[in-house]
Amino acid sequence: MRPYRRPVAPTWWLSNRAYFLFIVRELTSVFIAAYLVLFLLLLHNIAVGREAYEAYLRFLATPGLLVFHVLALAAALFHTVTWFNLLPNIMVVRYGENRAPAIIIAGVNYVAWIAVSIFIAWIVLSR
Amino acid sequence: MAKSKSNPKGRSSEPFWWFLFGAGGTIAAFLVPFHILLTGIAAPAGWVGESFEYNQVLALVSHPVTRLYLFALISLPLFHWAHRFRFTLIDLGLKGGRRAVAIACYGSAIVGAILTAVVLLKL
Repeated sequence: MRPYRRPVAPTWWLSNRAYFLFIVRELTSVFIAAYLVLFLLLLHNIAVGREAYEAYLRFLATPGLLVFHVLALAAALFHTVTWFNLLPNIMVVRYGENRAPAIIIAGVNYVAWIAVSIFIAWIVLSR
Repeated sequence: MAKSKSNPKGRSSEPFWWFLFGAGGTIAAFLVPFHILLTGIAAPAGWVGESFEYNQVLALVSHPVTRLYLFALISLPLFHWAHRFRFTLIDLGLKGGRRAVAIACYGSAIVGAILTAVVLLKL
């Protein structure tokens, strides 16, 4: 005997805002992976030589690629925000009998995120 | 993890993939937005000038510490993608061939990690 399974339409995630945002969050990983492939190609062209690198930068400056990167940036920021806001549910920090409030745990991560970004900017741009 | 039907011994590779998913998600959350801004928008648009001059960039990315950093930056979020995309495909109705979906997703991430290592070793 097989248990009955209620059929679910493939468009179930369009039926409500929370489901929709869930699928959007999952698909941010596609933008991030696509960006990393383009970034790996940038590194490959650096390895090939100056001309290849400069040609690739011109390719990245075409409107289609710039639009893609703006969308990828929005997707990556959405991933960051959802990831940090989820952390307090996974990471339980206790002191004595109390539990650190969610806003502190998320807040520490936001501060660390900004610090890391400034550090990368300093490494890359201060030379 | 409960015992899976396809694996009679009850051992699951799920924790392993979940660990890579978690590590990749963390790397992606902390590092990827700024890298997109830097190499996808600022450098091609010419906002950062001298810092992206060829010799400068080559010196930076061929440093051993940078190469290790870049390997983690690229490979781990690929596993994050693989894990999410695997379950998104199933959620969106791809119920048959779950094993094929898993192999295709994690396999792509493994190929990506190998290619990343190859490129970084050439720098």
